Amino acid sequence: MSIGQTILGLLEAGPRHGYDLKRAYDERFSHSRPLHFGQVYATLSRLLKNGLVEIDAVEPGEGPERKRYAITTAGVTDVQQWLSQPERPDLYLQNTLYTKVVLALLTGRSATDLLDIQRAEHLRMMRELTRRKAGGDLADQLICDHALFHLEADLRWLELTAARLDDLVSEVTA
Amino acid sequence: MTSEPLLVADQLTKSFGPTTALERASVQIMAGEVVAVMGPSGSGKSTLLHCLAGIVAPDSGQVRYQGRDIGAMSDTARSALRRGEFGFVFQFGQLVPELTCLENVALPLRLNRLGRRAAERRAAEWLARLEVSEVAGKRPGEISGGQGQRVAVARALVTAPKVIFADEPTGALDSLNGERVMRLLTDAARQTGAAVVLVTHEARVAAYSDREVVVRDGRTRGMELAA
Repeated sequence: MSIGQTILGLLEAGPRHGYDLKRAYDERFSHSRPLHFGQVYATLSRLLKNGLVEIDAVEPGEGPERKRYAITTAGVTDVQQWLSQPERPDLYLQNTLYTKVVLALLTGRSATDLLDIQRAEHLRMMRELTRRKAGGDLADQLICDHALFHLEADLRWLELTAARLDDLVSEVTA
Repeated sequence: MTSEPLLVADQLTKSFGPTTALERASVQIMAGEVVAVMGPSGSGKSTLLHCLAGIVAPDSGQVRYQGRDIGAMSDTARSALRRGEFGFVFQFGQLVPELTCLENVALPLRLNRLGRRAAERRAAEWLARLEVSEVAGKRPGEISGGQGQRVAVARALVTAPKVIFADEPTGALDSLNGERVMRLLTDAARQTGAAVVLVTHEARVAAYSDREVVVRDGRTRGMELAA
């Protein structure tokens, strides 16, 4: 999953400190594997260098200065591109997809469109596998079937999520 | 390449009592393409198929086959169109239980006034093509579900239709039999140049199509137009 784009997406709601970002990230997307502070600040410094975020304010504190980061127009475009690109389907896709769905809802974008784009990408890959299966030997068929069943499971998740979007909207925007 | 669509549903709306089954649903089917109509239960996908096939009349909107408005046809002309140009496969084969499988497959040809011997000869060819020759003399009650669906596919294809409407054709089959039916159905359709409108909620079945149309709450979403 792209930590950079997720952090950018979180910044779209408004400027935040690194610590707040880490907390929001962990809370929403990474319960079992919280981000290290080092990852957050390394990511922010990369985003800063690439012009995707800027320093919004510097507040003197007891320790080091606390910087507040804001997303730039280029950053918004970057998030937009990320959300509009289908993910390459794989076994552990749901986390990224879930993040995309929640981020789309949080940022006022169409989660339905996102799910439709992903469904089309999954089906495109399923067609490829189905064609390969038709021309292959039994081993090929078994390998393709294994992948097809996993992709089908992803698709069922997509359908279920699409059916639950209204509930999800009220939960994530509460 | 620019060619006219074979079958067009244009802004179809259909209600059953207080329930809106279709709301401005549109789709275009090109000759020879296999299109999966997908969506959750109750989304309106079967109603869309029934409207496209001229079985159900929409409340508003138009269905055009080769440029002709199906709704403006007489009942006789519409029946002739369904018998001559369309083939149907449903979830449960809907074979006539009193007839043998060979007679079932020959039936559409007999209804089109083809002689018995010629009709049964062609029916036997289609049973062979669908790898189910061994059930020719049996009645539907004596064969398995998978065999029954292959007989139903043979019956749908025997008149060399331009469009085959398949509504959950593998819904009652296990994975292996379902795949076999889909492979035989789409192979045969592609060889004969028939278009297939395939209603399914199963992604692995939809993967046999060239493209998909998604129906949700009676509306078609994206990609309903041929590229």
